[in-house]
This record gives sequence, C-alpha cells and structure tokens, in this order.
Amino acid sequence: MNDTVRAYLDAHSGAAAGLPGGAIPWVRQVREQGLARFSEVGFPTTRDEDWKYTSLRAIEKHRFIPAPDRPSGLTSGDLTALDIPGLDAHRCVFVNGRFAPALSSLDRLPAGLTVTGLADALNERADELEPQLGRLTPHNPNGLIALNSAFLADGAYVRVARGCAVDRPLELVYLVHANGQALALHPRSLIIVEPGAEAVILERYISTGDGDRYLNNTTTEILVMESARVDYYKLQDESPKAYHFGGLFVHQDSDTVVSTNNIAVGGSLARTDLAVSFNAPGAHSTLNGLYIGTGRQHLDNHTQVDHRFPECVSDEFYKGILDVRARGVFHGRIVVHQDAQRTEAQQQNKNLLLSRQAEVDTKPQLEIYADDVKCSHGATVGQLDANAVFYLRSRAVAESIARSLLTYAFANDVINRFALAPIRQQLEQHLAAKLLPADQGEVGM
Amino acid sequence: MLSIKNLHADVDNKSILKGVDLEVKAGEVHAIMGPNGSGKSTLANVLAGREGYQITQGEVTYNGHDLLDLSVEDRAREGIFLAFQYPVEIPGVSNLYLLKAAVNSIRKYRGLDEMPAVEFMKLIRDKAKLVDMKPEFLQRSVNEGFSGGEKKRNEILQMAVLEPALAVLDETDSGLDIDALKIVAGGVNALRHEERAIIVVTHYQRLLDYVVPDYVHVLADGRVIRTGDKSLALELERHGYTEMSEAAASAIEARAVS
Repeated sequence: MNDTVRAYLDAHSGAAAGLPGGAIPWVRQVREQGLARFSEVGFPTTRDEDWKYTSLRAIEKHRFIPAPDRPSGLTSGDLTALDIPGLDAHRCVFVNGRFAPALSSLDRLPAGLTVTGLADALNERADELEPQLGRLTPHNPNGLIALNSAFLADGAYVRVARGCAVDRPLELVYLVHANGQALALHPRSLIIVEPGAEAVILERYISTGDGDRYLNNTTTEILVMESARVDYYKLQDESPKAYHFGGLFVHQDSDTVVSTNNIAVGGSLARTDLAVSFNAPGAHSTLNGLYIGTGRQHLDNHTQVDHRFPECVSDEFYKGILDVRARGVFHGRIVVHQDAQRTEAQQQNKNLLLSRQAEVDTKPQLEIYADDVKCSHGATVGQLDANAVFYLRSRAVAESIARSLLTYAFANDVINRFALAPIRQQLEQHLAAKLLPADQGEVGM
Repeated sequence: MLSIKNLHADVDNKSILKGVDLEVKAGEVHAIMGPNGSGKSTLANVLAGREGYQITQGEVTYNGHDLLDLSVEDRAREGIFLAFQYPVEIPGVSNLYLLKAAVNSIRKYRGLDEMPAVEFMKLIRDKAKLVDMKPEFLQRSVNEGFSGGEKKRNEILQMAVLEPALAVLDETDSGLDIDALKIVAGGVNALRHEERAIIVVTHYQRLLDYVVPDYVHVLADGRVIRTGDKSLALELERHGYTEMSEAAASAIEARAVS
C-alpha cells in the first residue's frame, strides 16, 4: 500500500463515524467493501489496459482534503449565472457534494417524483434504497469507484414512481465551491425510474472558481424498470484545473428506451466510465457523446454496453474535437453475450484534431458470443478539410470563421441527437465562444 | 480591371505557368481554352488565391492593386469570384448559411450593416429562380449529395448572389448534360454587365455557343499562344489543340532563331 492510498484510508477513518446511515449494516457493508477494494487495488495505473492512455499520477501527487461539512454561504442569486437559458427544470443543487435544499427549487414536483439528498434518504428511509444502492456498480470496480463507495454519503436520490411522466426536466447540479482549497469530493447518486415512467434527467458538474484544482469523484447508479423511458444528460463543465472521474451505471429492464447524452467540455483531466447493462430482452439504448478539449485538457470516455439478453438495440455515437495540446481517449466496448440473439449494436467514434499537437486514442472493441446479431463499428480521426476552408474563404468568409464553421458543422450531427433544445443551444454557444473571435456573434446554422 | 503580366507559377517545383499575359476590361467576356495540363485551372486558382502555387515571376494587378498580395477572403470581398471545377461538399453548413455569411462578410468589408433578413431572403429566392433551384435546396448542406449539375448550378447561384466584379468560371461546363448546360449558361448570361468581367475557362467550345465570348485565348504549355474572337473557338473545334500548339511552337522557335 502506498502513501497516497494510506492518506485516503486515514481520511476515511476520521470521517466514517459521521457518515449518514452509519448504524445501518448494509450501508456500512457497501462502504467497507469499497474501502477494502480501494486499499487492495489503489488508483488505476497505466499498466491497466483500461487506463493505458490516462495516467493518474498527477492526482496521486496531490493531497486532497475532505470537503468541510459546513454551509457554503452561497445564495440562490449566486446560482442564477449558472442557469441554462431556456431550461425550465426542477432543480436540485449539491454544493461540495452536499444536498443544498435552500439553493434547490423542488416546490413544483409532480406527484410520483421523489427528489432529495441521498444522506437524508439514508437517514429517513434507507430500506427503500437497499435493493439498488451499491448494487448497480460492478462487483470488482476500479479504485475510484471503490473509493466513492467507501466515502458514500450524499448526492441525489431520485425515484420516479410507476407510470409517472415527469412534466419538466430534472436538473441535478453538482456545484463545487472550493474557494481555493484542494477538495476531494465523492458525490453518490441513485436514480430509480419505475415501470412505465418517463423522465428527462440532467446531471451538471460545474464549479465556481476557474482556478480551483480539486478531485471530483462521482458515481451515479440508474435503474430503468420495465417499459420506462429516460433521456439522460451528463454535462461536465468544471474548472479547467479540476480532476473529474465519473462512474455512470445504467441498468435497463425489458422494453425500456434510454438515451444517455454525455458531454465533456471542462476539467483538466476528466473521465467518464459509462456502463449500460441490458437485464432483460427488448431494451433500446442510445449513447451519444461529445467531448471538446483545448489547452492541455485530457478527456477520456470509456463506455461499455452489455447485451445480456436477446433483441436489444444499442446505438452509440461519440464525437471528439481536440485543439492545441488536448488529448482525447475513447474506448467503446460492446459485449454481446451468448444468449443475446438478434442483438443490434452500432458504434461510431469520430474525432477532429484542430492542431498538430492535439491527440486522440480511439479504441472500439466488439466482443460477440452470439451468432445471430447485427453489429458494426467505426472510428475516424481527421483534420479540417483544407479544400472546404479554401472554398469558404473564396466566398469572403474569414479563415478563422471558416475553421470555426467547419468545426461546428463537425459537431452538428451529434448535437442534433440531443433532444433537449436548451442543451443544444448551450453547446452552440459554447462552441461559438470557444471557436469564434469575440465580434462574430451567433452561429445559428 | 485585371492585368496579368508575364505570370510564372509552379506547383510542387514543377513549372506550370510560363509567362501568361492577359488584359481584361470591365464588360468583357474572355474565354480561356486549352488542352488538359495547359495551366487553365492553375491560372483560375492563382487568381482566387489557392495555396500550393508558387508565383516565381510576373505580376497580377486588379483595379490597380497587387492582387497576389491579398488574402483569399479579401479577393472575394474585392469582388473576385471563382466558380469551382469541383465544388466542395460541406456537411453541416447549409447553403443558406453560407450565402448569408458571404453576403454579410462582403457588406462588413464595405462598411455596410448586415442585410436585413427579409431583404436577404427575397434576394436569395430571386436568384435561385435564375438557376432553376428549388427553395428546399437552400436548406440543405452545401453541395452534400448534389448531382454534378446541381453543384454547378449552386456555384452560379452563389455568383449571382455575390454579384462579383470579376467572375472566373473554372470548367463550369464539365460533366453537364445539355439541359443543365443551358441553365448554367442562362445564369451566366444574366450576369453579363458593363461593369463586370467574366473569364470562362473551358476545354470545349460547347459552352461558348451559349455564353458568347468577346475574346478567346488559347493556353498551351503555360503560355497564351493565340488570341482572337469567338471564331478562334470554332477553329479549335475543327483542328484541335495539337495542330495549333505545333504551329505556335514552330512560330516561337522561328522567333528564337531570328
């Protein structure tokens, strides 16, 4: 065991007694298993095939401290600037991993929708969470997910009751207000969508200080029960110095329709591990992703789709734009298990490199153990088409604008797959701000 | 308007243009004809400012200014338009958006405000009729999935909208059937104007039946070897390029000897 791991274990023994639900045996067990796993495996290293392109050495060097358990002092006015224009949502806010009811707007929740802090839920109705919490993550999770379980304390608890179609999107805002401190955060969320229910759920990871370096190690478990429909978004737009690791585990029962839309634009080193597991026949999953990196950002997306049952469909489409010295990683694994006949699985990853120093490693991986399946995958890495740049310039369009337009056009087809219009507009603005010179205004193609 | 003097240009250290001279005045239509590899497209691309061409000698002045000094976009803003031999497909950028960006970029350069949306749409609809283009084409991505004829009509539409002072049409007739050729030629003729010059680069005489030039220049091995009126195109059609090139070559040799 190295010093870094020991530091986290020490921090844990100091905090463990005060964690919510500490007296409940099964909750303790989830934490203890996480702790045991983390002390056994530590942080992943580049010797691990799944971490070959993403080194955690920078994180091991830092001593991150647990987030203080006191009010942030933020007011709802401070959050107005963080609104997504046009998004009319039920909003649930977490500051430094803690549920912040005063900053949330949950007064209009429809009957059948429960949204609260996980800590409160553990204190008040732990029995309700027992069947799922900590059950949707893998049996042998990587060190970061194990660490999250070890520190499991607060985050979102969402339950959409049977047949409930939620009237507006649910926005879960995970705000880091580090104030210059190198915090370690382990927000943990559980989302259960009961049979026949429908919901649009957005998880946003943002921070107040652009210079803050902290470790945000998140895990979200999502269970989508029979015939339910979920349109899920993850929007990671954290401090350019932040380290973000997100485990996202989606389990789908029969006849469910789920789309996950995974957008990464922020952070210094940011990785999402998304695993979709079909636990019954006839489920449909769309996996959309967009990562946009610049400077020395390192953006990693690992996805795994497990086709365990027949007649499920997965359609995966990830695009990356890397500028300056940014580095992207895409590893998409699709496993079609032996009994998963008549599976349809598609995967595409396309990358655009805007500079000579930008880099991407893309690794599609299909493992097929059934014989009656339709599967395809493809990965591309390219640059802007010089002919297209010349064509636009010859039509009086300035070179910088021409390059921006073409970059925008590259992202356009994946952005169009995000059903939530305010998210599309937000990304258009983000791209315009990142790509267009200040005086060029809206893109609006 | 345009004056090309002793223009030499290389591509990948290979000499393509070897001393081109050409004078074009407002209101004139010039045809540049020549066999494959004679340097026709190189000349068109050099005028538009495409990268990859090294100018080794000579000069090009446009309205009294050094054209070769201008960026690609500034040439367009100064009124030069190149209709591409192979128009580029740009998925994700609509025709309408490209036209709007182009029109407003030129207006900005000239110190004008952006064109009001209603006025812009009317302009585009009027010009689209000129090349028989259906309105739904305007919403589609630039040239994506267009047939050869549609791409060329789209070039003429852009030209009609931008109203250039000097239009260079690079093999606009190539790959067109006769109906498409007539539509394209009709579009070009509608743009003939006493303040506008048009240079038509073509391999075949066919387009010149519809767009009748004031001058015809024959380019061979990087030089203008003959200049005449429209009858020169017909002569070429009858005798071919080889005969004319040989005649020109012996004339040059004769000059060198004397």
